[in-house]
Amino acid sequence: MNLGRLYAIAFKETLQVWRDPRSLAIALLMPLMQMTLLGYGVSLDIRRVGLCIYDQEKSQISRELVERFTASDWFRISAKLSDEPAVRDAMNRGDCIGIVTIPINFSRTLAATGTAQVQTVFDATDVNTTNIATGYAQGIVGMVTADFESQWAASHGLLPQTVGVVDLEPRVWFNEGLDSRNFIIPGVVAVVLGLVGAQLTSLTVSREWERGTMEQLISTPVTALEVMVGKLIPYFAIGLFDATFCLCTAAFWFEVPFRGSLLTLTVTTALFTLVVLGIGYLVSVRIRSQLGASQVALVLTMMPITLLSGFTFPIDQMPRAIQAVTLVIHARYYITILRSIFLKGSTLADLTVPILALVLYAVVIGWLAARAFHKRLD
Amino acid sequence: MFERLYVMLMKEFLELRRDPWAIFRLVVPLLIQVIVLGYAATFTVYHVATVVLDLDHSQASRELISHFIATGRFPIVDVARTDAQVTRDIDSGRAVVAIVIHAGFARDLGNGKTAPLEVAVDGTNSNTALIALGYVSQIVAQFQADQVAKAWPVSAGAAVPGIAVTLQERPWFNEGLEDRWFFIPGVIGTLTLIQVISLTAFAVVREREAGTLEQIMVSPIRRFEFILGKTIPFFLIGLGDVVLVTTFGVLWFGIPFVGNPLVMLLGASLYLLAALGLGLMLSTFARTQQQAFALSFFLVNPFFILSGFAFPIAAMPLVLQWFTLINPVRYFLVVIRSVFLKGDGVVELWPDLLAMALLGAGMLTVSVLRFRKSLD
Repeated sequence: MNLGRLYAIAFKETLQVWRDPRSLAIALLMPLMQMTLLGYGVSLDIRRVGLCIYDQEKSQISRELVERFTASDWFRISAKLSDEPAVRDAMNRGDCIGIVTIPINFSRTLAATGTAQVQTVFDATDVNTTNIATGYAQGIVGMVTADFESQWAASHGLLPQTVGVVDLEPRVWFNEGLDSRNFIIPGVVAVVLGLVGAQLTSLTVSREWERGTMEQLISTPVTALEVMVGKLIPYFAIGLFDATFCLCTAAFWFEVPFRGSLLTLTVTTALFTLVVLGIGYLVSVRIRSQLGASQVALVLTMMPITLLSGFTFPIDQMPRAIQAVTLVIHARYYITILRSIFLKGSTLADLTVPILALVLYAVVIGWLAARAFHKRLD
Repeated sequence: MFERLYVMLMKEFLELRRDPWAIFRLVVPLLIQVIVLGYAATFTVYHVATVVLDLDHSQASRELISHFIATGRFPIVDVARTDAQVTRDIDSGRAVVAIVIHAGFARDLGNGKTAPLEVAVDGTNSNTALIALGYVSQIVAQFQADQVAKAWPVSAGAAVPGIAVTLQERPWFNEGLEDRWFFIPGVIGTLTLIQVISLTAFAVVREREAGTLEQIMVSPIRRFEFILGKTIPFFLIGLGDVVLVTTFGVLWFGIPFVGNPLVMLLGASLYLLAALGLGLMLSTFARTQQQAFALSFFLVNPFFILSGFAFPIAAMPLVLQWFTLINPVRYFLVVIRSVFLKGDGVVELWPDLLAMALLGAGMLTVSVLRFRKSLD
């Protein structure tokens, strides 16, 4: 590799970036916009789910039960219904996503047999919300049961039971408040970097082809490796700037606890940026039309990075075959790394496996890209 | 007019045919993504790797652990002997949940005291942790109930050992609580959006960069016809995408399609109109393909993530909820999910259909107006 030629390529590419201020502005503004939109928009904390109440009994006990639902932080009572057709209508119109029905003989059955049923119906189109909301509903009913139990025992003059109570002490590590933001924001950083990076380099070679400047480039004495390294240098700088910005936003604006070391963060982030840019470059070398390259880059990055990286859906719950597919998703490793550094304070030694995976990734991509670039016009 | 439009359309399709990889690029990644994402997208927590530290070694503690094992959701990956080992397992990510039963658990339980049970969860993934904790409390409640039932001597004659208000749950529209039924319609909408927007955004810029835009401008074709000629092929491609992926979803994943295909077609058409309008608008802002590309990246991702695809819109801050009002994906997801699972018709879905129609009309108008300026 000749440093003079390398410098010439890097300088030319930098000039090209500089002379297209719109693209540069997008490259610098995109992280800002995406971090804000996604940082605020992506949340799995479901609060105040709309609930309809269909109290057929309207007794003191049933009102007590309804009161429990009203008082809860998790639910918001959007309507009180009075007949069966109204229930169906409310669900179909989407007024509420769940309906709690207290049957007509609720308190009588409770007094006579000790057990009574409350019925909940959920619009299960959104499965995750349904699952979590059902959990909360179960919690509320559990509390009600405990209340009724002690009332009943007192009214029957029973002594306290001789069985002890298992006192469940749940302790949550690393993300003590179970704040979904702490889980999601590091993922957002990886997603944004993955997208910006691929977008930066995926047209860099196909552009030369379409504009006819490839012939000029070929007629110069530069080698394939020099073209690759030279072209990547300015984008690497932009990528690192974007990365710094995203990480600072995560730590200072969204206040994700940062427990790791800056050194670990820098090394891994530089590595990931390199991989992302390399993938874009590889696409650009392989596909000569800009339209084609951009489509491949979009398809290869957006959905896989979002859905297969563990950003939204936990990888260990996927079917085995799909887990194998996720091994080739680069963001998967960086997301693991970021979450560990931020929340667990992991060190380089703890993260050997994902770091090695990224290194391997970078080497393979670099090798493929260098091999794919021919100084021929055919 | 039709003749000129026809010529323009022929030219566009010719261009598409000349690139033999184009069709391949349009169809194959789409299908692969539907398959992979269809399997990958799930919030269900099937199993949580668990480490157990039993310092009590009593019958009660063993019984409690077997309650955990019996659910099948808590595979025991390690039986620890010390606290340090538990910490190491959770730190390294080997286990997500730790159950620690302290010495004296059985004694306290027998004496009618409070017997503490320590359960530690790795909260890195808050959603999984939340769901896992839900399972844990259900298991503990069950264990408790079993202990109470055992403690009541039959001879005591008490009719009611404990009061129970039980919750009977009935999920509608998706009785098996299948995640896939929820996510695949979302995948259909997003993949179509990505494809249509990127194709359209490039359409005009490419002509400009290649220098062929001037040739078109000197031909007698009118602007309106030019835009129609540019959008009709992509509209057809988009429609093809929707049909292909929907058929695939129904046949491969067995998602029920309860509704009327015509409602779906109407929804898809309006949605594509909005997507085309968006793509065209982008192409009036971009001078080069690089810019068009960056802009489509810029917009598609937030539209995708803020559509209610996986993250409920109701959980977003109010300002972002307003932002989703201009997001065509949001409306299309409502339409497509309702048609698939609930069988809703135009009567229920008209607000969403109208919103997409308005968005489409608005964006197409803006892009036609902007074209005038950018072409002159």
